[in-house]
Amino acid sequence: MHVINIGLELFAETLANQNVNVLHVEWKPPAGGDNKMMELLSKLEEL
Amino acid sequence: MTTTKSLIKNNTFYDSLTLMRISKNASELKEIIQAVTVMGSEINKRMLDDVGLLTDNIKHATTNDVIISVSGKTNSAVESALEAIEKMLVDVNPPRITESVPRTIEAALERLPDANLALISVPGPFAKLEAEKALKRGLNVMLFSDGVSIADELELKKEAEKKDLLMMGPGCGTAIINGIGLGFANVVQKGQVGIVGAAGTGIQQVTTLIHQKGYGISNAIGTGGRDLSNDIGGIMMHKGIKILENDNDTKVIVLISKPPDPKIERTILEKSYTKPVIFCFIGGEAPEPSRTINAPIIVTVHTLEEAAIAAIALVKKEKWSKIIFSRPMEEVMRIAEREWLKLNPQQKYVRGLYSGGTLCSESFIILSRLLVNVYSNVTRSKFELKDVRNSQKHTCLDMGEEEFTAGRAHPMIDPLLRQQRIVSEAKDQECAVILLDIVLGYGSHIDPAGELVNSIRDAKALCEKEGRYLSIVASVTGTDKDPQGLKNQMDKLISIGVVLMESNAQAARMAALIATRGSTMQNLERS
Amino acid sequence: MSTGKLIGEANQKAVSKIISARPRLVDIKPAIEAIPGMKKDLVLHAGPPITWDRMCGSFRGAIVGALMYENLAKNMEEAERLIKNQEILLQPCHDHHAVGSMAGITTASMPVFVIQNEEYGNYAYSNIREERVKALRYGFYGEETTKNLKWVERTLAPALKAAIKESGGIDMRSLIAKALHMGDDGHNENTASTVLFATYIMPSLLRTGYDKDVIYEVASWLAYDERFSSTAVFAACKASLDPAHNIENCTLVTTMCRNGTDFGIRVSCLGDEWFTAPSPMVDALYFPGFTKDDASLDMGDSCVTETAGIGAFVMAAAPSMIQFVGGTVSDAINYTKEMHEITEGRNVNYTIPYLDFVGAPVGIDLVKVVKTGTTPVINTSIAHKEAGIGQIGAGMTKVPLECFQKALEATVRKMNL
Repeated sequence: MHVINIGLELFAETLANQNVNVLHVEWKPPAGGDNKMMELLSKLEEL
Repeated sequence: MTTTKSLIKNNTFYDSLTLMRISKNASELKEIIQAVTVMGSEINKRMLDDVGLLTDNIKHATTNDVIISVSGKTNSAVESALEAIEKMLVDVNPPRITESVPRTIEAALERLPDANLALISVPGPFAKLEAEKALKRGLNVMLFSDGVSIADELELKKEAEKKDLLMMGPGCGTAIINGIGLGFANVVQKGQVGIVGAAGTGIQQVTTLIHQKGYGISNAIGTGGRDLSNDIGGIMMHKGIKILENDNDTKVIVLISKPPDPKIERTILEKSYTKPVIFCFIGGEAPEPSRTINAPIIVTVHTLEEAAIAAIALVKKEKWSKIIFSRPMEEVMRIAEREWLKLNPQQKYVRGLYSGGTLCSESFIILSRLLVNVYSNVTRSKFELKDVRNSQKHTCLDMGEEEFTAGRAHPMIDPLLRQQRIVSEAKDQECAVILLDIVLGYGSHIDPAGELVNSIRDAKALCEKEGRYLSIVASVTGTDKDPQGLKNQMDKLISIGVVLMESNAQAARMAALIATRGSTMQNLERS
Repeated sequence: MSTGKLIGEANQKAVSKIISARPRLVDIKPAIEAIPGMKKDLVLHAGPPITWDRMCGSFRGAIVGALMYENLAKNMEEAERLIKNQEILLQPCHDHHAVGSMAGITTASMPVFVIQNEEYGNYAYSNIREERVKALRYGFYGEETTKNLKWVERTLAPALKAAIKESGGIDMRSLIAKALHMGDDGHNENTASTVLFATYIMPSLLRTGYDKDVIYEVASWLAYDERFSSTAVFAACKASLDPAHNIENCTLVTTMCRNGTDFGIRVSCLGDEWFTAPSPMVDALYFPGFTKDDASLDMGDSCVTETAGIGAFVMAAAPSMIQFVGGTVSDAINYTKEMHEITEGRNVNYTIPYLDFVGAPVGIDLVKVVKTGTTPVINTSIAHKEAGIGQIGAGMTKVPLECFQKALEATVRKMNL
């Protein structure tokens, strides 16, 4: 099993403790959570 | 008044950037006007002269020497600065190995092209997007996040179905795949019982009880709480069943959920199974399986504990029987009596404070069969608890529900709200028993029992002072192999007078016994 | 075809153009001869369009210095008058396929490097460094400045031009690639590329028939000014980027530049429209005696290098600049990796040995910048905000997100979505 963990780092840690090959993604909301930018991005189908 | 002092370090070389950095740091020291460290070249000496730092004692410095020159408001400040600079020159910076962390799933896949599962726990509004990206790239998905619309869940599951991928969730907190615990999962040994569950802590209770009795789990697949609703149609439940049917390690299949939509339930019951199946639909007035079910053996159970017991019996190819309590009835009654004799006559209510949603649901069902007027925030019936901050009569509270977790971590990780609620329930003069779940395993707090001990002690002391007694009944969902250590956690609770029961169901029954001063004993059969 | 696909295809097309560019230094000519649209009363400057009243001191000083060199003004007051009366016009270098370092002031008589992108035939230009410290580009003006500029015009440029012609020109792509493997970044670290440049040009220089003293002056200048080749590298980057501009549906950033007051970008599908924001303060180390209170805001067209995927984008191969912000080599590597996340492609011509020879991150995608919130990183020198003092430090800065947010809005409007 090779896992990509997106969100709570806790879950990546628990997998690492079980010797699972896990890569943690430091997720941030797209456009920093800026609603206006997110709307523009979705119009360009880039979300 | 300005003091300027300089010194030379002979035959010492540092590169100019290091010296510039040191100069910058030194200039920021207290009462320092200017600080410069440079190699003693002609051009540097001219520059020092321009800014008034070329004292006589350094004029003879050469390109092989380091000049340190400082001007400050007081003598002592300048002396300290010179000392500090010398120390900076000596200090070696250990290299910081910082691996850059990917920030997107695309970047992650570049680094880990063999990835086959995405475990996603981003805030609700973004969850569907990330899950979609993962599915599009051929990854199985476990979606812990809540707050995804039904339409989005359906879209995701349909997409996964098309690509023959797992789409566990949204709201899926627990899975065990090939012996690896994903999300909140306990360390359990591998074995022959396979589970598909739309209920996280439900999976946890069943798997830990099976392990404790010496048996094991092949795979536990989570589907998310809404999978068996009409809108979703049980897509993942069906897929999970298919996987377990084809899995050589699985000899017995257990299905866990809250009561499914009748139409969907029928599709589950009317499948063809090649292996024995246990239907554990919590709170189900689940219909007895019709004759159209095609399976070697079918068992319907109504508690998680029963699911574990029945599963083991099926593995051993033995008969199984319901239990009400693990311990002999006289012993149980003795313990209960010891508790209820200390109660005040006005103390009559049970207050269940739960971190696990399924455990809360199970207790709510059991208590509703043993008591009257049991309220909860897990039901939409007339017994829905409208104001979750104020318990009413008997109450079963799922503290993992959104009203408690918005902007906070889940109670299995962050015990604060439950600690506070224990104390506030104790202040209610009519509260007799507080019913708790303690859930161990990966993802949970490192010491959930320890975190509750102080609040429990305070609550009991508060009641004692006011001439009351607070009874605490609990069960621990965990195994000896969990990071928290089952025995260690149990000992902590027992030592402060908590009545520990072997399962969540038994804890609920005990609580009811205590609250009714034993009069509900005759109803235990139907709980 | 879906919008996402249209954009994806356009971006792919554009970044291939940038990567397949073959810039060659082919000539040196006076600006009035070489630069399209150049006029005697036109002053080109670095950065997006700007008016005199908004300029900082060193920017104005450079303009005065150039006008004095051209004999169009005798002092600051006269220069200011001419500009305010619009007898002298100001336009960005970038509007004329040119780039200028720091203030980047370019006027009619100044000799410029002529770079041709042999793959697509287009040209780009930049001026020639005349002084290392007290240079026009830092806002110096007066007799000495004029003297240095005249030296370039009359001595350095003609000899170099002859040498370039004699040699058949210099393959800039190959020069940049080699220099990158020698620790240069093309923007602030140019020693290796200058050494290579000097080595390539020397035989032809010796054959030009100029007398020994001139050759000696030219050769000594190349030996002394280790950043000499930088402006040719800037023009090579510009020549590589221009073919990627004006491609329909393409969201790649084809211009990034600053004028000490504003930071400006241009996007391929949005044509000549500028998207600006206040130019940032640079996170820097200052030379002794200077602090950030003395600094001008970020200035110059030199971040054309980052736009083309080198400069700070290849910090993993040229990490010395990271020391200016107290970082480590790991940090430098991480910056390059970050830039990979906001670019469309990898330039196979400019590889980074430490990262297993991965290509440099090229083709800044406006959409990726807004989506990730990661803006391009730039390493740069810092000028004093007043004229006639010079470089006071160096460091790192990031392009303001506002530029990209404005451009994103314009993109959505342009595509009628």
